[in-house]
Amino acid sequence: MAQRLVTLSAAIALLALTLGPIGAVLIWAEGVSSLRPGDLAALRFTVWQAFLSALVSCLLAVPLARALARQRFRGRGLLLALLGAPFILPVIVAVMGLIAVFGQSGLINQAFAALGLPRFDIYGLHGVVLAHVFFNLPLATRMMVQAWLAIPDERFRLAASLGLSRRALFLTLEWPLILRILPGAFAVIFVICLTSFAVALTLGGGPRATTVELAIYQAMRFDFDPGRAAALALLQLVLGLVAGVVALALSPRQGFGVGRDRSVPRWDGAGRRVLDAVVIAAAVLFLLLPLGLVVARGVPGLSLLEGDTIRAAGHSVIVALASTLLCLVWALALSTRRGELLALMAIAISPLVLGAGLFLVLRPFVNPFSMALPVTALVNALMALPFALRVLRPEAESIRTDFLRLRQTLRLTGWAWTRLVLLPRLRRPLGFAGGLTAALAMGDLGVIALFADPDRATLPLQVYRLMGSYQMEAAAGAALLLLVLSFGLFWLFDRGGRVHAQSRTG
Amino acid sequence: MLSLEQVEIAMGKERLCAAFDVPRAARVAILGPSGAGKSTLLDVVAGFRHPDRGRILWSGTDMTAMPPEKRPVSILFQDGNLFPHLSVRRNLALALRPDGRKPDSAGQTRLGDALGRVALDGMEDRLPGTLSGGQQSRVALARVLLQDRPLLLLDEPFSALGPGLRHEMIDLVTDVATEIDALLMMVTHDPSDARRFASHIILVADGLAHPPQDTAALFADPPPAFRDYLGRSADPAP
Repeated sequence: MAQRLVTLSAAIALLALTLGPIGAVLIWAEGVSSLRPGDLAALRFTVWQAFLSALVSCLLAVPLARALARQRFRGRGLLLALLGAPFILPVIVAVMGLIAVFGQSGLINQAFAALGLPRFDIYGLHGVVLAHVFFNLPLATRMMVQAWLAIPDERFRLAASLGLSRRALFLTLEWPLILRILPGAFAVIFVICLTSFAVALTLGGGPRATTVELAIYQAMRFDFDPGRAAALALLQLVLGLVAGVVALALSPRQGFGVGRDRSVPRWDGAGRRVLDAVVIAAAVLFLLLPLGLVVARGVPGLSLLEGDTIRAAGHSVIVALASTLLCLVWALALSTRRGELLALMAIAISPLVLGAGLFLVLRPFVNPFSMALPVTALVNALMALPFALRVLRPEAESIRTDFLRLRQTLRLTGWAWTRLVLLPRLRRPLGFAGGLTAALAMGDLGVIALFADPDRATLPLQVYRLMGSYQMEAAAGAALLLLVLSFGLFWLFDRGGRVHAQSRTG
Repeated sequence: MLSLEQVEIAMGKERLCAAFDVPRAARVAILGPSGAGKSTLLDVVAGFRHPDRGRILWSGTDMTAMPPEKRPVSILFQDGNLFPHLSVRRNLALALRPDGRKPDSAGQTRLGDALGRVALDGMEDRLPGTLSGGQQSRVALARVLLQDRPLLLLDEPFSALGPGLRHEMIDLVTDVATEIDALLMMVTHDPSDARRFASHIILVADGLAHPPQDTAALFADPPPAFRDYLGRSADPAP
């Protein structure tokens, strides 16, 4: 009874906090007439860059996943785990790394200049797609590897005993798999890229490379035009919902799984060693070189960390911890199948839409800028909720069913059940979900940009501001600090869930 | 006395019917082919399943609509009788304090006594996973002692143990039931187990839970349904 009450209030809070801002957007939106030609260009650009990003990520994921599935080498497990890292990598850190490799005076352009080739310009469509591929190639690869490893090894043995040619093997085993996984992966990445804000903010911009999310921010911050911002938010909302429904229909059941390192003995990798090695090496270079450069350039910049940056880091840690607490409490209350479906709504609603709505709701009552940090914590908790539930829900449900009868026959009170059974047994997934949420909130550069004033920056915003004022060394130092804090928070939470994790046998 | 009044339970496409009384002092074995509904019958008494028709009464009180936690029942399942992450002491303490708090000193003493009763003195701080299967069953029995409820149900909790250990546990269960003056009903798939402890046998077969019958009489002169269950190879003589 009490349990149902908790679940119900959590669900109502979720609905109020998502539908409320959407209502505000609907009321304030001035209709299609308020949109400018530039806004339609933003819509076209948003869809086009998301399409290209998803396409390139998926096409590159096929050879990479194939190589990872059929070759065995030292460090393979580590590499598979590493493919999960971009999920918690702050966008602004990745952007700094990509600029260090592909930017004006980056490694690539230095090499091009030495060879007399024309410069590569990272700003604009290329850069946006490049950054999105950096983030989503690993996601697509993980989804594919997982499916690949799920092929029973009897199939490969059967194929071997039948003496199938490479072509026949591809057609009978691999191609059907690609057809099954790739549309879903494409759709998921497409939806993720539709809500791209931080990447467009840093690498896009201008009339030719603005996303709708970025346009909402500009209408709000630079044009002070809430009506148009609301109309844009409505546009983004419809776009997100339509694409989200399509993605849900196409997505393979396992979705974002955690990487397994199941070892299927494969006989077909032998003749493709060199090819696969090149593919894997190129991917590792593409993913690790930018991060390596962030670290290398950040170390000297650490000495330039100033009061503002330190303060921003403090804000970020507090926001991250508050977000995590809120998200976990919420997730625990909603950890049922229905709750998870409800929370999926949050995926379709972009942070900027939510932020714009909250801005409109708050404005009559308080100065919205003074609410920058609480709103950032809240929106990040909402955004992380579907992922946290994905981790927690199956475990929580199995604990409930496994111990239901014992709980009843012992007449355990709700509080005793939560304190003595549910929480201790959920420790590991709670730690993992907490780590994900903390790192996501730590690195978020979205709604804070909408609300921030000079006094209330978070660390990602501070990095962006330092870049904007061309203090590149200080920015590099702050980016390194952000990287360390994000991964550090993840590590602390995840580790906290594992240490002393008690016996599960019996 | 436990009374089942014209009880009917849907089991998939089949139905299970039961209509009988069981005296309080009885030691009942529930026997029958697998899938016939032995566990289902127990679940209905414990309140984990609701009958489609009929009433279940304990000492004249209708408990058909009572949720499991309100019934005067303690039950041991096939497995999962203990919380694996809690020490033996905390597992037992839950029987005394369902709100999860620490029992008072009288409770602590009772807890220690109960452990001694099942020959597990000094095991308070062990985790269930570090105990053998037989020891885990003993902890669960110590909890039954502490719960002290007048209806003790067991759903084949010892089926994973070897015959020697199983007989030992069955003797202990019988002692525990006597000690707390509880009606004992145990599902088993082994007729020799039934003969070891049962004063009465409920045969569950062909959609019917037969009324309890005297064990010795039943084995001496098995009716057709019981003979079918025992099979040709089983020897009805002692």
